[in-house]
Amino acid sequence: MISAPRHVARIPSWAHPAVLLAHMGKVRAGHAAHLATIATPHVRYLAIIPEIVMLGGAVLLLAGGSLVQRQMRARVATFATMAVSGAALGVSLWQWADVTSHGPFTSVDHAVIVDGFSALVNVLVCCAMFLTALVADGYLRRERVDGAEMYVLAMVSATGAMVMGSANDLIVVFLGLEILSIALYVLAAFNHRRAASGEAALKYFILGSFSSAVFVYGIALVYGATGTSNLAQVAGFLSKNVLASDGLLLAGMSLLVVGFGFKIAAVPFHMWTPDVYQGAPSPITGFMAAVAKAGAFAAFLRVFVSSFGLLRTDWQPVVYALAVVTLLLGAGLAVVQRDVKRMLAYSSINHAGFVLLGLEAATARGVSASLYYLFAYTFMVIGSFAVVTVLGRRGDAAHDIASYRGLARRQPALALAFAVLLLAQAGAPFTTGLWAKLQVLLAAVDHQVPLAVIAMVSAAVAAFFYLRVAVLMYTPLPEAGALPGVEPPAEDAVPLFVGLGASGAVDPAALERALADTRPESVDQLRAAQTVPARPVWTGTDRNVAGLDRLNAGLLLDEDPMTLALVGARTAAPSLALDTLAGGGGDTTDLSNVGPVGAVRVPPLAAIAIGLCLAVTVVFGFWPGPLTSFAHHATLLFLP
Amino acid sequence: MTSATHAFPYLTVLVLLPAGGGLAVALLGAVRDLPRVVVEWFGIAVSLATLGLAIAVAALFATTTGGFQFVSYHVWASGVGVHWELGVDGISLFLVLLAAVLFPIVLAGARTRTDAPSFIAWMLLLECACLGSFVSVDLILFFFFFELTLVPSYFIISGWGYARRAYAAVKFFVYTFLGSAFLLVGILVVAFVHKEQTGVLTFSLPALEHTHFSSAGGILLFLAFTAAFAIKAPLFPFHTWSPDAYTEAPTGGSMVLSAVLAKLGTYGILQFDLRLFPRASVDLAPLLLTLAVVGILYGAIVACAQRDLKRVVTYSSLAQMGFVALGIFAFTTQGLTGGVLLMLNHGLITAALFLLIGWVYERRQTWQVTELRGLQAPAPVLAAVFTVVMLASIGLPGLNGFVSEFLVLSGTFLTHRWWAVVATAGVVLAAVYLLWAYQQVFHGKVDLANSTTRDLSWAERVVIAPLIIVIVFLGVYPKPVLDRITPTVNALVAQVDAATHTHQPAVARRGLAAFHDAQAKTKKPSR
Repeated sequence: MISAPRHVARIPSWAHPAVLLAHMGKVRAGHAAHLATIATPHVRYLAIIPEIVMLGGAVLLLAGGSLVQRQMRARVATFATMAVSGAALGVSLWQWADVTSHGPFTSVDHAVIVDGFSALVNVLVCCAMFLTALVADGYLRRERVDGAEMYVLAMVSATGAMVMGSANDLIVVFLGLEILSIALYVLAAFNHRRAASGEAALKYFILGSFSSAVFVYGIALVYGATGTSNLAQVAGFLSKNVLASDGLLLAGMSLLVVGFGFKIAAVPFHMWTPDVYQGAPSPITGFMAAVAKAGAFAAFLRVFVSSFGLLRTDWQPVVYALAVVTLLLGAGLAVVQRDVKRMLAYSSINHAGFVLLGLEAATARGVSASLYYLFAYTFMVIGSFAVVTVLGRRGDAAHDIASYRGLARRQPALALAFAVLLLAQAGAPFTTGLWAKLQVLLAAVDHQVPLAVIAMVSAAVAAFFYLRVAVLMYTPLPEAGALPGVEPPAEDAVPLFVGLGASGAVDPAALERALADTRPESVDQLRAAQTVPARPVWTGTDRNVAGLDRLNAGLLLDEDPMTLALVGARTAAPSLALDTLAGGGGDTTDLSNVGPVGAVRVPPLAAIAIGLCLAVTVVFGFWPGPLTSFAHHATLLFLP
Repeated sequence: MTSATHAFPYLTVLVLLPAGGGLAVALLGAVRDLPRVVVEWFGIAVSLATLGLAIAVAALFATTTGGFQFVSYHVWASGVGVHWELGVDGISLFLVLLAAVLFPIVLAGARTRTDAPSFIAWMLLLECACLGSFVSVDLILFFFFFELTLVPSYFIISGWGYARRAYAAVKFFVYTFLGSAFLLVGILVVAFVHKEQTGVLTFSLPALEHTHFSSAGGILLFLAFTAAFAIKAPLFPFHTWSPDAYTEAPTGGSMVLSAVLAKLGTYGILQFDLRLFPRASVDLAPLLLTLAVVGILYGAIVACAQRDLKRVVTYSSLAQMGFVALGIFAFTTQGLTGGVLLMLNHGLITAALFLLIGWVYERRQTWQVTELRGLQAPAPVLAAVFTVVMLASIGLPGLNGFVSEFLVLSGTFLTHRWWAVVATAGVVLAAVYLLWAYQQVFHGKVDLANSTTRDLSWAERVVIAPLIIVIVFLGVYPKPVLDRITPTVNALVAQVDAATHTHQPAVARRGLAAFHDAQAKTKKPSR
């Protein structure tokens, strides 16, 4: 299509919009003729075909949705998304096969690279998208949201992550970062009925744009120091030249670390994570945890290990420090969470710390371990959030840890699946979780034994909160005296008000007993926050939502059982808003959604998604060979 | 490494059989209207099949070699250097047997009323994890099973325990997991040092044995490994989780925790600390011997002050584990043999004690010594069985406890005289607290509340009988056990001696002979 003679690009190739456009799969050759000095790069479409498929699918879906008169049914959009991501997955796998047989190559004037690393990231992102579609279907139908917007945004975001994985130029990294992020900002606000969602999105957007600016500035400084933004050329420049004063480069690198640190949610750039994870629709949270992290880490690994590999002694201490605080704070703060989504948010921060271990090692083993970790984590986290989505009930709000009590009795299969996924995240043996931890630690002990020790200590703390949920699920709501030797604890008198008790279906007294019994002591201390009935569970944090409260008074009610009851009593005719309120506030109010014993109906597609995630986690836990060699080969083919 | 391989993969099946059984029980539990008895018998049958397999391994075990036998070796995760490598030697053989004997007894004797299928499934999974830990030769595989023990134990304590079970379970889990965090890093460092020296990344114990560590590095690694094992055992001062966990766990949980899981700690010290870091072990032996002696005295003194039967046994357990550590760090054949034997004997005795105390609780709903009185009159068989087990725990000649305690103390006396002298006080104290507790509970004039206590049913007698038989048998004729332990222990002592250029006193090598001399003198009074 385009092929002007390929000059030595004195003006960096990325400066021309054609490169960027080419990357997006829309190459306009016509203009190139006018600019004699600038060559339009040759595009090998094989290089970017997964991105084209994903983005093209998204555009078609959006167009289709806009052209049809009625809103597109959620189910239709789901199947379209599954088809698109399945196709992209197939193309990615084919790309993997091509790369393993013919070797890696670059395209679009070396701005895009196709190697095992990028193919693995593509496969990962496509799997995540596919699974998210399975999970989101039930969610959209439950929340009565039609239209394809959520899927379109998610697919665009996935494209961004894939671009980041195959970027060979800092500008393309930035491009991917922005494509990824902007769609995610909107997705975070998708649950527009909840003020928290809007607040989280705003927070995410402001901090995110700030970090993007920092990132871009970092690119500028690196360009200023090395004269190129191409990753391979940066590496080449650094190998041939010794900078007399490297302040510019170091400043650029540190700004890049900040930008990446924000996207991977490393402490101290993690502030947005808990709020966004909690505020976003649950299926999207899982997607975000898997895809945003994978994309950002892919670029982080590639830029720092390959381009700045020679300067590793300069950046390793920074990453070391980041890893330490990320590991410890992530695990430490997760312990005190009462909301499962928030807890998983902090746990994802902890996981980011583990992946940083592989980056800190800056060896082939480290990169391969990080890739393995990201791959394993994708399935664990999407599976976990799939369960959380299903259990969120109407309004996607029943995420208090107390509502998980006795789940094993109500829904044994779901409880078992969640328990296994949580234990896998904790690093239980014979799951991919422990293999992942094992590999990053193996990379870390090479030269940083203290870091490995810190990581394992944080894993011990993390195990505690995963187990807390797991055990709560297996602690039945007891009838008095059901178990031998159980004396009702003295704290029974403490009034406990949680979302679960709002409806009349559950006897509050029994619930209080149940909550008081067999709770770990550290949780008891937290109960103080719970004893204030007028305060929604999820606002028991440092956020000040008072202003938003007033603005959205009507919408915010859905979290507050007391007010909900009042509203319910006052209003005779249930409007759509009230319907949501009722579903969101109480646990069992919406009888259409609730089985006879308070069991939640598991949508079949979500069940398939959970099953797939579980299968990958456990099967490859027992049989680690294929996945480890996948990650290993991806690293071997990693073209610096 | 000598490896007598067999065509039939005994150990792999041994490990996987309970896991499969557990899975089957979990599935059976999902079937509605299935009588509980069916599930219970299925669980017992699986554990009995495992026991049969373990006995077959013991019978085919060659007494001529000290290396691993029945080795099964498969590549598992090649890129990471982890292998599915199982093997059994003289030290692990009897721990495997111990676990295999105890689990059927737990399943038959310490049944739960609520949610039996889950309890049995967790128990069988725990059995798989315990057996797997004992037969793993690959360090990472060992770590996997070592960690896997935590999950079922946690669920058993928190699901079926007594009043403060959640607290106890969390404490247990966090302590142990923290310990194993150091263990994992230690294992990885050992493998890396080995890789730097040989270029091969492997976690196989026989290969890693030949790794050389700097003296400081060796000591740090030794401490990392020992942290995990000392917590698991538990050894003083890492024992603080155990009184809560042992007391709050259900009867079956207490039995397994104290009898089998505790052995994982001392087994780890024996098998990994001594083999991988012989020099650090010898250098730090005075420290560990001191901790062991402090643990013996502390456990005994605190046990004297307890009014709760379960806590008495818990603290006596702490003292006994101190004896095991004493025997190990004496670095004599006698001491080590005694230590291994004591692990076995303590497992049998403590399991029996916890089981009997659990039965007392079933009848009287209390463990408080002050509320129990004169049980001998309404329940003579219970009293008689309790007497035998208690005397074995005290170390009465003719019962199994004596043999191991004698070997430990005499082995320690040869190399570390004063530690042995002080530790002997623990033996005396054991008699004090156990006899006192026994006297309070079974003797005296029976009051109204205690007069209706049921005696042991026939089913209960059948369950406890194997334990009593083994306790007496090992007291009278421990030779078959010692024959199998000694080659491995000799090899281990030789290895430590060679690495540290020390020599144990010649007399200490006469482990068996010394014991027979002693037994000849003590046989008459015991009959």
